[in-house]
Amino acid sequence: MMASSYNAKDEDGHISVSGPGGGALRSKKPENTAFKQQRLPAWQPILTAGTVLPAFFIIGLIFIPIGIGLYVTSNNIKEFEIDYTGVDMSSPCFNCSQNFSWNSTRPCTCTIPFYLEQSYENNVFMYYGLSNFYQNHRRYVKSRDDSQLNGDVNSLQYPSKECEPYAYHDNKPIAPCGAIANSMFNDTLELFYHPNGTKVPVPLTATGIAWWADKHVKFRNPGENQNLTAVFQGTSKPVNWRRPVYELDYDPLNNGFINEDFIVWMRTAALPTFRKLYRIINKKDNMVPTLQRGNYTLEVVYNFPVRSFEGRKRMILSTISWMGGKNPFLGIAYITVGSVCFFLGVVLLLIHHKYGNRNNSADISN
Amino acid sequence: MLRRRLNRLLGRDERIADRRTIYVGHRSGSTNDAIIPPKFCDNRIVSSKYTVWNFLPKNLFEQFRRIANFYFLIIFLVQVIVDTPTSPVTSGLPLFFVITVTAIKQGYEDWLRHKADNEVNKYPVTVIEDGRRIRKESEKIKVGDVVQVEEEETFPCDLILLQTSRDDDTCFVTTASLDGESNHKTHYTVPDTGRDLESLNATIECEQPQPDLYKFVGRMHIYTSNQDPAMRSLGPENLLLKGATLKNTQRISGVAVYTGMETKMALNYQGKSQKRSAVEKSINAFLLVYLCILVSKALVCTTLKYAWQGTPGQDEPWYNEKTQTVKETNFYLKMFTDFLSFMVLFNFIIPVSMYVTVEMQKFLGSFFITWDKDFFDPEIKEGALVNTSDLNEELGQVEYVFTDKTGTLTQNNMEFIECCIDGFQYKYRDASSELDGFCVTDGPVSKLQQKAGREREELFLRALCLCHTVQVKEPIECHDQGDGLMDQVDGLEADGQETSSLQEQRGFIASSPDEVALVKGAMRYGFTFLGLESKTMKILNRNNAVEMYELLHVLNFDPVRRRMSVIVRSKSGDILLFCKGADSSMFPRVRQEEVERIRMHVERNATEGYRTLCVAYKYLSAEEYNQADKGLREARLALQDRDEKLMAVYNQVETGMSLIGATAVEDRLQEEAAETMMALQGAGINVWVLTGDKMETAKSTCYACRLFQRNTELLELTVRTLEDGGRRREKRLHDLLNEYYKKAVLDAPPVKGGVTRSWSSTNQDYGFIIDGATLSMVLNSSESNSSRYKNLFLQICQNCTAVLCCRMAPLQKAQIVKMVKNSKGSPITLSIGDGANDVSMILEAHVGIGIKGKEGRQAVRNSDYAITKLKHLKKLLLVHGHLYYVRIAHLVQYFFYKNLCFILPQFLYQFFCGYSQQPLFDAAYLTMYNICFTSMPILAYSLFEQHISIEVLLDNATLYREIAKNAMLRWGPFLQWTLLSLYHGLLFFFGVRFLFSNPALQDNGQVFGNWSFGTIIFTVLIFTVTLTLALDTRHWTWINHFVIWGSLAFYVFFSFFWGGIIWPFLKHQRLYFVFANMLSSVSTWLVIILLILLSLMPEILLTVFCKPRGSNARQMKHRLPSSGTSTIFMLSQTASTHSFSWSD
Repeated sequence: MMASSYNAKDEDGHISVSGPGGGALRSKKPENTAFKQQRLPAWQPILTAGTVLPAFFIIGLIFIPIGIGLYVTSNNIKEFEIDYTGVDMSSPCFNCSQNFSWNSTRPCTCTIPFYLEQSYENNVFMYYGLSNFYQNHRRYVKSRDDSQLNGDVNSLQYPSKECEPYAYHDNKPIAPCGAIANSMFNDTLELFYHPNGTKVPVPLTATGIAWWADKHVKFRNPGENQNLTAVFQGTSKPVNWRRPVYELDYDPLNNGFINEDFIVWMRTAALPTFRKLYRIINKKDNMVPTLQRGNYTLEVVYNFPVRSFEGRKRMILSTISWMGGKNPFLGIAYITVGSVCFFLGVVLLLIHHKYGNRNNSADISN
Repeated sequence: MLRRRLNRLLGRDERIADRRTIYVGHRSGSTNDAIIPPKFCDNRIVSSKYTVWNFLPKNLFEQFRRIANFYFLIIFLVQVIVDTPTSPVTSGLPLFFVITVTAIKQGYEDWLRHKADNEVNKYPVTVIEDGRRIRKESEKIKVGDVVQVEEEETFPCDLILLQTSRDDDTCFVTTASLDGESNHKTHYTVPDTGRDLESLNATIECEQPQPDLYKFVGRMHIYTSNQDPAMRSLGPENLLLKGATLKNTQRISGVAVYTGMETKMALNYQGKSQKRSAVEKSINAFLLVYLCILVSKALVCTTLKYAWQGTPGQDEPWYNEKTQTVKETNFYLKMFTDFLSFMVLFNFIIPVSMYVTVEMQKFLGSFFITWDKDFFDPEIKEGALVNTSDLNEELGQVEYVFTDKTGTLTQNNMEFIECCIDGFQYKYRDASSELDGFCVTDGPVSKLQQKAGREREELFLRALCLCHTVQVKEPIECHDQGDGLMDQVDGLEADGQETSSLQEQRGFIASSPDEVALVKGAMRYGFTFLGLESKTMKILNRNNAVEMYELLHVLNFDPVRRRMSVIVRSKSGDILLFCKGADSSMFPRVRQEEVERIRMHVERNATEGYRTLCVAYKYLSAEEYNQADKGLREARLALQDRDEKLMAVYNQVETGMSLIGATAVEDRLQEEAAETMMALQGAGINVWVLTGDKMETAKSTCYACRLFQRNTELLELTVRTLEDGGRRREKRLHDLLNEYYKKAVLDAPPVKGGVTRSWSSTNQDYGFIIDGATLSMVLNSSESNSSRYKNLFLQICQNCTAVLCCRMAPLQKAQIVKMVKNSKGSPITLSIGDGANDVSMILEAHVGIGIKGKEGRQAVRNSDYAITKLKHLKKLLLVHGHLYYVRIAHLVQYFFYKNLCFILPQFLYQFFCGYSQQPLFDAAYLTMYNICFTSMPILAYSLFEQHISIEVLLDNATLYREIAKNAMLRWGPFLQWTLLSLYHGLLFFFGVRFLFSNPALQDNGQVFGNWSFGTIIFTVLIFTVTLTLALDTRHWTWINHFVIWGSLAFYVFFSFFWGGIIWPFLKHQRLYFVFANMLSSVSTWLVIILLILLSLMPEILLTVFCKPRGSNARQMKHRLPSSGTSTIFMLSQTASTHSFSWSD
């Protein structure tokens, strides 16, 4: 009836909610529901020393064994690591690292001998590790075109702007475009076992190193089942690559965008020092350890320059447990937290025992 | 108030704009003048703010005027313009959400207003133009139109009443929709406007529109062809307000004087100033801190970035070249862009959704007040009313309660108790015991069993019957007058109290219940007021004969004069003036020899807590009357300073009267008034009683309410104490102030922390009493060191348990509130009152509470919250206020906490990604964190949390002290929360970072990348943040369970979903299968569990070591089985020196 009976408040853009004072509510008796009377049945837990104490003990009792288990597991993982960057004069790869040039046609190889003091049972995983390589740099991380990698033909011809300055080369679209692809790790690492002066190549499996979903869904070659060479016609290989993408492997299931080395590289690392799975050395049979102790050589085709940014390259051989690679952190953390909980439990127990009664009486006198 | 005064000041400066001239029926006043019709606004009411066209721009403008929205807009624009790490969507979407929700809400509100406006504006009205009646839409009425209104219709604009269908030139209206007063008010036509409206030629000169509903000053010039223009004064009694309804009158005609937005109703609805709560101030302070953190983070990162890039090979390694455009960008511009990018990256630290959540919490939370059935009053069938939800939490912060006495502490349900005539005391016992209804008490009066002369008795009763503004309710008067008359007589003679009281209740309507009580009192003694008919008052006297008196003048009551008078002419031609008023205002105006006899009675009655009025009369000679009549008429005609002039005449007339007697009317205490006051004091709230009543009455009410205890030492600062010493008043005032200061402030033992006043009975309690006159001396002291005394006064007051300010004018009430409000520490004040005289203090205080009492609805209309009874204040403050405060304080702290530990890992990550502004979390997570994943649990918490149960809160008022002074939003708790979030942020980041020192985390040797890194941290974050809240939740309703576990489940579900599909619209499929893969790693599970547990540890330890309040209270409750016992337990502590029964 009255225009202004609706609260015409001055709102300076402030979400001022005028309360529920509408006329309809006024004369009605409030409903006596538990919700409206704020009397919903409620569980009212209260943390007291009494409830927390056992929890602490239990946590302690659970965490310490887990931690010990983790620690032992981690310690049982064998890991061997060599730095083959070639910083030192003495290093076999010094020359290669020193004389690196993008234009050299002849690849530079170097051979690093090493001695495995333990034999490696089970599958051995071969990683390459890079240091001071900022794969997590923002400019770098976003410099890719996922739809191109997913096999989108249109994106193949017109790569995303994000790929700049690695999108076009000589007016031809780069496939795969972007800084990540362009800087793909392209050292070739080969392992040789030297049992008695002989040189036995260690068989390296190049599949199973990438995430299943990446390999099968996220990365796809353009043009279903077509000849890769034809599909990539009209595109340019990434500037720093020696071979085009369709020549990464002879195996058609590991070639093009679904090449696992490529996929692994495309999963950008979290930290500037990282390792990526390179090859798997599968266990042949139960009798022979995968890698026996003895002399080995690592043959490196040195294509990947890191010295310009003070980087390091490493080759890592590692076994794997249920918790992954060697990392004592988790075990130590669990043992520490478990012990702290246990210790706190003891302290709390003491306090509870000593002051518990007094507290109660204090309440009354209050 | 100030604005109005300012307006008036300005108005005085330019007299021309001060009045308007209206041509009735648009006919020019004098024949030779051509009318230049002045421009007035049309009668359209526009309460809406927007139209369809300007809604979007105007609403957006209004919304972005708000600093937070503007900030997010800037961030959004930066994201759009500059190449920033996160897409504009991440901040655009939440902002869009917030803006849209607000816009929809405001649009809906505006639509409602439009609808209401239309209803009013299109309402058909009848306008008389050149003698013809024309139907028009209400909005087309122009100033000067003659409008006809039928019964039960509302007036379409402010009208001057010209013609009515009633014979006595009156009409009745109710202003229920304006001020809630449902009684019929009589309005009068302008005399001599004639029966013939068509030929009426008149102009009206009146003041410009002003919002005061009860003020109107104007003058009407009536031009007749052969005479000089006649002049008639116009007052509020001639003005029919828009919004009021015509009652009991078939039809009236009036001329429109104010239309549309200039009507008094419209002027009154133009918003109250918005009150901001202390919590909001805290939020702003915290916001500033976080803004500083944000800027410093961005600065640190930018600086480090450029330092780091300085080392060769880092800025642009071969694998990561910059684009050509970036290379060409100016170095400093790049630096600035980087800074902005960091700002954008970290901007989530300022939670956009906090405002929405806070508003939602306030809005939804306030429903609990209206829903509370304890606030429902079966008598008036109404519950509590929330006018603003912005102040919910302020109810938990109140330090000073200013309460009105009449109608608030007391019921304002007046009952005539006794009277004294010529010093003889009459107490009404039983109507049936004696025919004449009189019987004399055996009180402590010396003149036992004596009566005053019958003549005096009758004079006194006639005075009671005549000197008032009471109306007899219409049905009795109109329909069955004879029956009604008989009934009343029957009612008088019947011995059953109930029938008569029923009659009485039906009988009278008055603006003040005192008057009704007095008229009813007189009725009991045999004098019945039958009503007022065309200026004639009819009285049925003891002999069942009707006496007629012609009402000549009513000298209205006003709070300054504190009395009212009527001038009547009796049948015999005598002109009599009857006056009734407060003793202080009457005694100086009557013959002194009569005073002493009455004074004793008055004072005794006052100490018993009764309201006393003195009644006096005088005969006016014809000469005297003529003079008075002339003066009154002149004053009423005045356009300027009419009130002052009237006052002068009133004062002149009301002199030399002779005192007949005094009345005592009991105003019973509100239910549980004492208990409520005790609870408030127990809660550490200082209760000040501000009343216009006299000191003795007020004091006795204070005792009755137990604001003053028997052992309370009263410090009096009243006119009486000042005059004791015989020295100069001011000197005496200052001496007293100093003395009291020494007593109450300096000698008082320092208040021990924790130990509350009411618990330690050893402390001497002080009560302070001051009256209006003395207060104005203190406040307006001319001396240079007046501020010192003001300060002294304030400190004394603050050290007293209760303060009583009596004889207060409404403005003084506001003054006191303002003084306390602005004193050191700016305490939160609450005013509670029920009458129009409390409006100023209700508006002034931080929280204004209106009581839906008997004195109209003005207080309710201007209040922030309205309740039906004083006793509800206890629950409102102790329970609702407490809970709301705890809820919102926790909400605010939690919001800052969760956003800091959200952004801190992102900040730390910059140190590991070459300061490249690489976001740690995926855009979807960044966007949804505040909107979806963490918003619902805290909202549910902030609506349903009861860390202490309602019963315990009600029983232990002292719990209120624990949250006093914004305890949960001070820097201490803020720092605590900030430290917690720092700990959490560091723990999350470094825990996962150490895990990633070997990123081969799966049992098939495959490695995790940066998005896995972020997702693990985010998972830990979501769980920790939600579980931290879960730990703080003391009251788990099913809603809490649903929302807390629901949002965690939703997070997991969403992550699977988001990572399960190659999203065609996304440029990057960053999270594809990341979450699922993450969960396939045992190490990840282990680290997540470890980190969550570790981050909850401090919280758990803290709650265990510092005993939670809830458990304390619960234990207390456990020990004291019933709530009643605990109350008594507390009270017996309080009043240990003397015992009292609680049952009354």
